[in-house]
Amino acid sequence: MKPKHFTIPYIGWMAVFVVAPIVLIFVYAFTTASGELTLANFARIAGFASVFVNSFRLALIATLICIIIGYPVAYILSKEKMRIQRLIVMLIMLPLWMNFLLRTYAWMSILENTGLLNRFLAFVGLPMLRIINTQVAVVIGMVYNFLPFMILPIYSVIMKIDKSLLEAARDLGAPPLSVFSKVVFPLSLPGVLSGMTMVFVPAVSTFVITQLLGGGMVILLGDLIEMQFLGAAFNPHVGSAVALVMMFIVIVFMYVMNKFGGGEGRTVGL
Amino acid sequence: MPKELIRLSDCSMAFDGEVVLNNLNLYINDKEFLTLLGPSGCGKTTTLRIIGGFQRQTSGDVFFDGVRINDVPPHKRMVNTVFQKYALFTHLNVFENVAFGLRLKREDGKKLTKSDIASRVSEMLDIVSLSGFEKRDVASLSGGQQQRVAIARALVNQPKVLLLDEPLGALDMRLRKDMQNELKRIQQTTGITFVYVTHDQEEALAMSDTVVVMEKGVIQQIGTPEDIYNEPKNAFVADFIGESNIVDGCMHSDGVVEIFGRKFACLDKGFAPMEHVDVVIRPEDVDIVDVKDGMLTGTVTNITFKGMLYDIIVDFKGFKWLIQTTDLSPVGSKIGIKIDPDGIHIMKKSEFSGVFGDYSSYSAEYDDISDVEYEPDGSDSEAAAYET
Repeated sequence: MKPKHFTIPYIGWMAVFVVAPIVLIFVYAFTTASGELTLANFARIAGFASVFVNSFRLALIATLICIIIGYPVAYILSKEKMRIQRLIVMLIMLPLWMNFLLRTYAWMSILENTGLLNRFLAFVGLPMLRIINTQVAVVIGMVYNFLPFMILPIYSVIMKIDKSLLEAARDLGAPPLSVFSKVVFPLSLPGVLSGMTMVFVPAVSTFVITQLLGGGMVILLGDLIEMQFLGAAFNPHVGSAVALVMMFIVIVFMYVMNKFGGGEGRTVGL
Repeated sequence: MPKELIRLSDCSMAFDGEVVLNNLNLYINDKEFLTLLGPSGCGKTTTLRIIGGFQRQTSGDVFFDGVRINDVPPHKRMVNTVFQKYALFTHLNVFENVAFGLRLKREDGKKLTKSDIASRVSEMLDIVSLSGFEKRDVASLSGGQQQRVAIARALVNQPKVLLLDEPLGALDMRLRKDMQNELKRIQQTTGITFVYVTHDQEEALAMSDTVVVMEKGVIQQIGTPEDIYNEPKNAFVADFIGESNIVDGCMHSDGVVEIFGRKFACLDKGFAPMEHVDVVIRPEDVDIVDVKDGMLTGTVTNITFKGMLYDIIVDFKGFKWLIQTTDLSPVGSKIGIKIDPDGIHIMKKSEFSGVFGDYSSYSAEYDDISDVEYEPDGSDSEAAAYET
């Protein structure tokens, strides 16, 4: 058997589970319920403009917060002893091994009006915070769930930076801060870039987080699509059109980011 | 009188209890080309890293121009380094790599101007023959070109001392030779002190003013290339620098040494009467003569054609010598040898005595020779274990 025959299962898998659904989405998006070609599904999207804006805005905020928290964590982690690094990487991944729903439910009980957070605030005599069912709660949920996907790629890129480059920078007169800003940071950008993709894409299309922590008050693209397929508004044709437009915007977004990242940013794969 | 620039005083270094440097004392003069030479693990790179400030010695002091610099971090030392694998900044082009140090530099408390940086970079690229490469991506350069960028990047800062850590290790033979000449030329034109680390003895002899031979974290010998080659201090140095036959001998008096029960005239003096010594005879210092005229006679057991010369292995009473000759004597033939007094060098016995200089293991070193008759004895397997 030739080696290329080994790719048959993979190609079959791709055809059934990746290509076919995309083709179906295309077909649905451009047809009516009776099967005629139409662009009307796309025309209806204009009515959902605020959902689009909100989705991208919240996903971007979550991504930025993930960078702000994740980069220092990854950097400090890379400086630790190998034994400690392994332990912390495991701790970062530990939540990922728990059920996504359960984790998000946990945040519900923390953020609720009578939840852990507010009980703690009451205990120390501070006023209550209304977080649950707001955009803030949704962003917290996104950051919590997707933070590991920011930390890990940045960490692995920083770890791969040749230590002699840092010595060379010091040798050439760079104090520690300049070593970071002139060598470590620019060389770690590919990791930041792939982290951004891995956080932004799931964040922009999430619906579980919005439903549990947003309580139906915050409607994002994921919710909109889900409603079109499973909800009372049942209309898979409009749902497909929304999905298609979202995919298009995300691809353009990633492409621009990769261009901005320069030749090094090949980790994203576009 | 040359001026002393760097002094390492009683420097020791241990990693997790393993001693890497043992009480090293070394001074380096201004404008000197000094080479730290030794096999891997001898402590030469550690010594360089201590001078560069990348490693802190466990004990001892480092002085630069008379000032103790133990606590001075690398970015404040007046030295620059050319790293083993170049360590070029892959996110910067050639120009920015070379300009890296200049952009951080303050002269009279002020940053350098753009045009000043540009002119210094282009001047330096000119010196390393890389003019016109400014905008190139460093990853697109060949090994030799990357090496020259690394040298330019270090030299543009006008350091007092340039540290070079096996800088030619990754280059092919031809390029190495070119770069050796190039480095020597740069050192002479700039007048910068070079501290060069290598395990290649030919490279060390060809380039250096002073060679420091190291092994087991200890300096074995310091001297000019000629001294090191002609007057090795012990069996390790004799074996590591060039090829050497090292045999047991006994000094009868000044200028007379006994080898294999025969007295030879030599030039060495100052040994105790009947002192046991190591005798070094370089393969090129042995003349092949007729058996009847020979001071010693032996049997040829191996021949390797080396182009200009033949390397032949000759068995003298079970001890095998390497002799280099232009005359071919066939395997199995009996030959006589003659050694002039200046071809014999006497060394005191050392911890390395009996470990080096026996070519019985010759066939193991050169697998193109078949020496099926030879049975290794105890001392030989010890030598082989040492080498591997």
